[in-house]
Amino acid sequence: MPTKILHKENLIPGRTSKLVLDAPHIASTAKPGHFVMLRINERGERFPLTIADTDAERGTITIVYLVMGKSTTLLEELGVGDDISDVCGPLGRATHIEPVGKSHKVICVGGGTGVAAMHHIAKGHHKAGNYVIACIGARNKDLLLFHDELAAFCDEVLVSTDDGSFGMQGIVTDPLRDRLEKDKEIAEVVAVGPVPMMQAVAQLTADFGIRTTVSLNSLMVDGMGMCGACRVTVGGETRFTCVDGPEFDGHQVDFAELRSRLSAFNAQEKLSLDDYKEHRCRCRDQGEQTPA
Amino acid sequence: MTDQTSHENVVHGAKIPRTDMPCQPAAERVKNFREVTLGYTPDMARAEASRCLQCKKPLCRTGCPVEVRIPEFIDRILQDDLAEAYRILRSTNSLPAVCGRVCPQEKQCEGSCILGRKGEPVAIGRLERYVADAALAGACESLAPESADCARPRPDLKVACLGSGPSSLTCAGYLAGQGIKVTVFEGLHEPGGVLVYGIPAFRLPKDVVRRELDKLRALDVDIRTNWVGGRTVTIDSLFAEGYQAVFVGVGAGLPQFLNVPGENIIGVFSANEYLTRANLGRAYEFPAYDTPTYPGRRVTVFGAGNVAMDAARTAARLGAESVHIVYRRGRAEMPARREEIEHALEEGVQLIELAAPLRFVAGDNKRLAGVELQRMELGEPDASGRRSPRPLPGDTFMQETDLAIVALGTRPNPLLLEATPRLALNKKGYIMVDEATGETSIPNVFAGGDIVTGSATVILAMGAGRRAAREIARRLLGEG
Repeated sequence: MPTKILHKENLIPGRTSKLVLDAPHIASTAKPGHFVMLRINERGERFPLTIADTDAERGTITIVYLVMGKSTTLLEELGVGDDISDVCGPLGRATHIEPVGKSHKVICVGGGTGVAAMHHIAKGHHKAGNYVIACIGARNKDLLLFHDELAAFCDEVLVSTDDGSFGMQGIVTDPLRDRLEKDKEIAEVVAVGPVPMMQAVAQLTADFGIRTTVSLNSLMVDGMGMCGACRVTVGGETRFTCVDGPEFDGHQVDFAELRSRLSAFNAQEKLSLDDYKEHRCRCRDQGEQTPA
Repeated sequence: MTDQTSHENVVHGAKIPRTDMPCQPAAERVKNFREVTLGYTPDMARAEASRCLQCKKPLCRTGCPVEVRIPEFIDRILQDDLAEAYRILRSTNSLPAVCGRVCPQEKQCEGSCILGRKGEPVAIGRLERYVADAALAGACESLAPESADCARPRPDLKVACLGSGPSSLTCAGYLAGQGIKVTVFEGLHEPGGVLVYGIPAFRLPKDVVRRELDKLRALDVDIRTNWVGGRTVTIDSLFAEGYQAVFVGVGAGLPQFLNVPGENIIGVFSANEYLTRANLGRAYEFPAYDTPTYPGRRVTVFGAGNVAMDAARTAARLGAESVHIVYRRGRAEMPARREEIEHALEEGVQLIELAAPLRFVAGDNKRLAGVELQRMELGEPDASGRRSPRPLPGDTFMQETDLAIVALGTRPNPLLLEATPRLALNKKGYIMVDEATGETSIPNVFAGGDIVTGSATVILAMGAGRRAAREIARRLLGEG
C-alpha cells in the first residue's frame, strides 16, 4: 500500500529535505535506531533510510535524506500529498538505551544527514532520563541540521563549523576531543554520519577508552536479513547490518571494508542518475513539441 | 488383478514414448529472460494423458505432498473437460501453475508413477501445468466459477498468515476455500516469497505467479505488502487484533556464506542477493528499472542445488563470458532438479566437480579477481547416505573470477523468532512443530515451510501449509 507524504520541509535547498509520512503501523512500533526500506515507484529500487522521528499519536514517521542518486532525486521531486509506493519497517535493532540517570552522560555526535538519525537516538536517551550532549558539525551555519530541535531537549549542544561561522571552528571531532579531555564523566558516545566521520570518532574515543556506538549505512537490498548485501566485519566476524545492526561497537568495525563495499555499485549508480536526467530532459522536450 | 494395474498394461503404457515439451533453443533463450519451456499443445497433452493407466490405488498421488488427485485430473484432459480438471487440481493445490513448473517431480509424483518402473513415468507436472495455464488463460472461467469452491463465508473467523511464499499461500487458499477470512502479511513489496524473488522468470514467469495470486484474491484473501513479521506485526499483536489463529510461513532467511577469507570482497554475492536483484528488482532491465546488478565476465557459482542453477543461468543471461559451477561432490550427487542441471549445461554453464573454495582474492582494483580451489575426492558415505568429500592435500588451483555467487542454503531468519521468544526452536534454530498438525509451542500458532525445515522445496512448503490449514479449519469450524 502506498504511503502519503503529509509534510515536506527543505532543510538545505536542493540537497536535504525532511518528510513526514503517514505510516501509523510503523509509528506505533518504531524506536530510535530503527530504519525503513523505501521504494519510490513501480520501477524503483529498495533503499534504506533511518527513522528520524515518530509521532505515534498522529501515526507519522519522519525521514531525512541527502539528494545523492536517482532514488533520492525521485524522492526530492515528490511533494505533500504525493505517495511513496512502498515504505517498510521498522527494521533493524533499536538503539540500546539504558535509563541510568543524569550521572550517565552520553555524547551524541552527528554529521551530515546522520544528524537526523542521531537526533532520534538523543531523544531516546533524553526520555530515558540520561544526560545528553549533542555534538554536531557542518561546513557553515546555514548547513547545520537539527540544531534547534536538539537545543530544545538536549542538556548541551556542541557545535563546530568548518568556517567558524557558528560554534567552534573546525570539524566535529574537535569539540568532541575538547570535551573528552575536560570531562571524565562521559559514559558513552554515539556517532551517526558519513563513514570517515564515524571512523574518526571511533579512533578518538578508543584513546579515551569510552564505549562508542556507530550506526552503519551499508548498501541494502531487502533490509530483512535475506541477502547479506549489507554485511560488515565487526570484531573479526561477518554481521548483517540490517538484522544485527545497524548499530555496532565502533571500536570493532572494519571501516575500510565498509567504505570499500559502499562503492560496489558506484558506476551503476552514476549510470542510473545520468540516464534519468537525460530521459527526463528528453520527455520535457517531447512535451514542448506536442502541446496538450 | 490384485495390484492396481495389470502387468500387460504397465508394459503397454511404458512403450508409448513420453511426450516431449517444446523449449526455446539454448542459443536463443540464453539471451532472454522468457520462459525456457513452452508448455504442451492440446494434442500433446492428450497424447501424454493417454499414457496414464488410471491406477485404482494411484502411487503418484501418494508421492505428491499435497495429494493432487492425479489420475482424475488426467482423465478429464482426455475428456476435454479442462474446467473439471482444473477444479480437481485446485481442490488440493492452490498453486498448480507453479507446481507444474518447479516441483522436483522425479522425486515426487513422477518418481512414484508405476510406468517409471519399465520406462518413463507419465509427465504429470507438464499436464498439471497445461491444465493450470489453460485455466489461467481463461479457458474455463465460464464453466467453473471460483466462488463455487467456497463453502459458506464465515467473516467472524479470522486467520493471519505471516509471509506470502508457497506455504502461506497454500494455507491461505485452503482456509479461504472454507469461507474463513484470511489476511496475508508480506514483508517485501511484492507477494509470492521465493516465487518472485528467488525463482527466475525463465523458469517461472511473473505473470503466472500474479495470476495465481489473483485467484487467491478472488477468494477474498487480503494480501498486505510491506508488513514485516516480527517487526510491523507480531504474533501477539495479531491475536490482540482478533485473529484466532496464525500461520507462520516466513521462509528460511539468512543466506549462509562459506566462511573463507576474502568473502566480503566486492564481487562476492549470496545467491539470494544476486537473484533478488535480478528477479524482484528486475535488474536485467537496468537502468529502465532502478536496481542494478553486478556485471560479471567470468562467474563462479558455489553450490549445486536449484538456487545455484538459477544463479548460474541468470548470470549467463546477464552477459557473462563464462559461468562455472563449483561443487565439492560429483554431478551424480548434485541436489538440483535433473531438468535444471540439463538446461544449465545446454546453456553453456560448466561444472567444476570435486572442488571447494579456500579463499577469495582481490585484484589491484580491490575487487574480486579469483578464487583458490581445493581438489576433493569422495570418501565413505556420510549420515545423509552420500559419499562425503574430503580434500586432496596440496592439490589446489586458482580459478579466475570477477563475480562469485554463494548458493549454500540458509540459516533461520531471526526477525520473527527474536520477536517471539516463547516460540520453541529445534537444535538448528528452526521453529519446532507438531508433525501431525504443524502447531508450534504456542497454541493456535502454526508454522510450515523453510522456517521449520530449512531450505527445502516449494511443494514441501505447500504440503506443510495445507496440513496446518486443515487443522486450523478443523478447530475453527469445529468439524472432523
